Amino acid sequence: MTTDAAETVDAVAVSPAADPGFLQRYGTSVEYILIPGAALIAALAVFGLFVFLFGKNPLNLYYYMYQGAFGTWFSWQNSLTRAAPLILTALCTALPAQLGMVIIGGEGALLIGALAATGAALALPSAPHLVVQFAMVCAGMLGGGLWIMLSGGLRQYRGVNETISSLLLVYIALAILNHLVEGPMRDPASLNKPSTPEIGAANMIGSIPGTDVHWGLLFGVIAAVASYILIYRTTFGFAARVAGGNIRAARIVGLNVGRLIMTICFLAGASAGLAGMVEVAAVEGRANANLAAGYGFTGILVAFLARQNPLAIIPVAIVLGGISASGGLLQRRLGLPDASVQVLQGIIFVFVLASDALYGRIGFLKGKT
Amino acid sequence: MADGSIGLWTVPLAVFGGAIRVSTPFLFVSLGECITERSGRINLGLEGTLVMGAMSGYGISYLTGSPWLGVLAAGFTGALLGALHAGICSLPRVNDIAVGIALMLLGTGLAFFLGKPLIEPTAPRLPAIDFGWWSDIAQVRAALRINVLFLIGVALAPILFWAFRTTRWGLLIRTAGESSDAARAMGYSVLGIRLRATMVGGFLAGIGGSFLSLFYPGSWNEGLSSGQGITAVALVIFARWNPMLCLWASLAFGGAAALGPALQSVGVTSGYHLFNAAPYILTLAIMIITCSPKRTLTGAPAELSITR
Repeated sequence: MTTDAAETVDAVAVSPAADPGFLQRYGTSVEYILIPGAALIAALAVFGLFVFLFGKNPLNLYYYMYQGAFGTWFSWQNSLTRAAPLILTALCTALPAQLGMVIIGGEGALLIGALAATGAALALPSAPHLVVQFAMVCAGMLGGGLWIMLSGGLRQYRGVNETISSLLLVYIALAILNHLVEGPMRDPASLNKPSTPEIGAANMIGSIPGTDVHWGLLFGVIAAVASYILIYRTTFGFAARVAGGNIRAARIVGLNVGRLIMTICFLAGASAGLAGMVEVAAVEGRANANLAAGYGFTGILVAFLARQNPLAIIPVAIVLGGISASGGLLQRRLGLPDASVQVLQGIIFVFVLASDALYGRIGFLKGKT
Repeated sequence: MADGSIGLWTVPLAVFGGAIRVSTPFLFVSLGECITERSGRINLGLEGTLVMGAMSGYGISYLTGSPWLGVLAAGFTGALLGALHAGICSLPRVNDIAVGIALMLLGTGLAFFLGKPLIEPTAPRLPAIDFGWWSDIAQVRAALRINVLFLIGVALAPILFWAFRTTRWGLLIRTAGESSDAARAMGYSVLGIRLRATMVGGFLAGIGGSFLSLFYPGSWNEGLSSGQGITAVALVIFARWNPMLCLWASLAFGGAAALGPALQSVGVTSGYHLFNAAPYILTLAIMIITCSPKRTLTGAPAELSITR
């Protein structure tokens, strides 16, 4: 990757941790911020044109999007609440990406994690709420982790493509969810919308004081920072990146690639499973079909937009959370269908991937080094 | 029990009828994906193409009153999405799997956005040919009401099989898929071949989508396709990139997908959702059985990113 010398000097001047290792990783960050940023803006422009074709004023669109996402304290809170599961499901794609794997089954791990967490809460009806919450976290992470580990194991031991298997597992997870909430785990009192019984108000994880944003956001931030440390600051993470760069070289130097794949996939799934637990314990209060809200799929986009970097996932998830938070306002004020957020996400995704071709090719960033 | 005279025979009969009805989208998507993958590229976005095809086919059929124009429009929509996929993949360092995921999201999003006004109205459907005229039993007649698209798909499989083997185009597509260097050395544009292969693949997948909205289930709504597109992509892998095997696999899948509704019709309702997941479980099971970590799959195009 070529870097501009001048930009690098600037980075030193403003960087809080100006050690060479930091620079090696972030020296090219100008490109990493500029190119996805430009892709985002281009996508917004194309989306503006798209709604213009439907007779809406693009300037109104951008205004309401900003209002709905970050315009008021209320919308900020809404955006942050949506960012929480997005951070966690994005990690489900970003962690295996370090090994060169494309896992897109975060939605499935989220659903299984949510079911496992609900099951844990319902199995402990009279325990103190901290015990219940701890059990829910463990069950959610275990359920989601094993779910994605299945994809990893199939890849490692049977050579089954992990992208397809993880996506098939989403549909299977959805079937299991529907089966359980309409059958064995159904609360007989839930007539219109089949659901499991409530986990109980005392067991909900509540909000960060002074806000309406639930504690799940903190879970997400902790998971992202921990993932970053794991990938970039530990021997295990180094081994994973070696294996992701060149799997044959990794085998030659004696790395246990199978164990790396299984561990990373477990952590990835555990993260998405935690998102499911958060959705149950902070939002829904029970398991039902509402859980399949597409956070797992938006998480894939977040991971790609953040270029699979766990730390970059946090701000990107907030931006994407903001976009989805603005959907309601677009529906009410502009009369756009609820799918418009999905269209915008799709356009962003396409532009972000196409912009991959730009790295190392922008004239003024090439510099004299 | 709907009909006492044939009793539990309803289930295999409904599975048989379902195999024919439900398999058609699988068949078209897998044949299309077969062409694309043979050229050395994978298009995971066919799930989105399928939904877009369903929406545009229904919309055009509603507007023009001709379901066949709808089918054609669905095909062209699919070809456009295919061209978009191929165009982005032509850029350097762009990963075709990731582009497929993006187009899956974009295609479904666009279809839901544009298809909002189409949920209410009723569009003219595709006609069916009644092959069950000789029978008095209602279920037999229902099972043998076969759509022309299915017959076209069935005819297409051997034609493609033959075309891959003997025609110039078949050879070119295979060359691009096995060794892009060889194709380039022969003076052909690999990107151009793949562009056309992806567009034809998208065209067929779009037609598969129009079958969903114009024949069975035969209406447009947002829950129309749930993973048929991606299942069909997986199906190509264990059909070993062979169009004839795609046909048999699609029929098996259609049967598996019809199992849930068939059991429901005889009163077995518990586990309905699990039976509906049968095609996905079947796909996964067959991929587990047929894949191997030790060798690349026989018949796999060497340039394909998904088998490396």
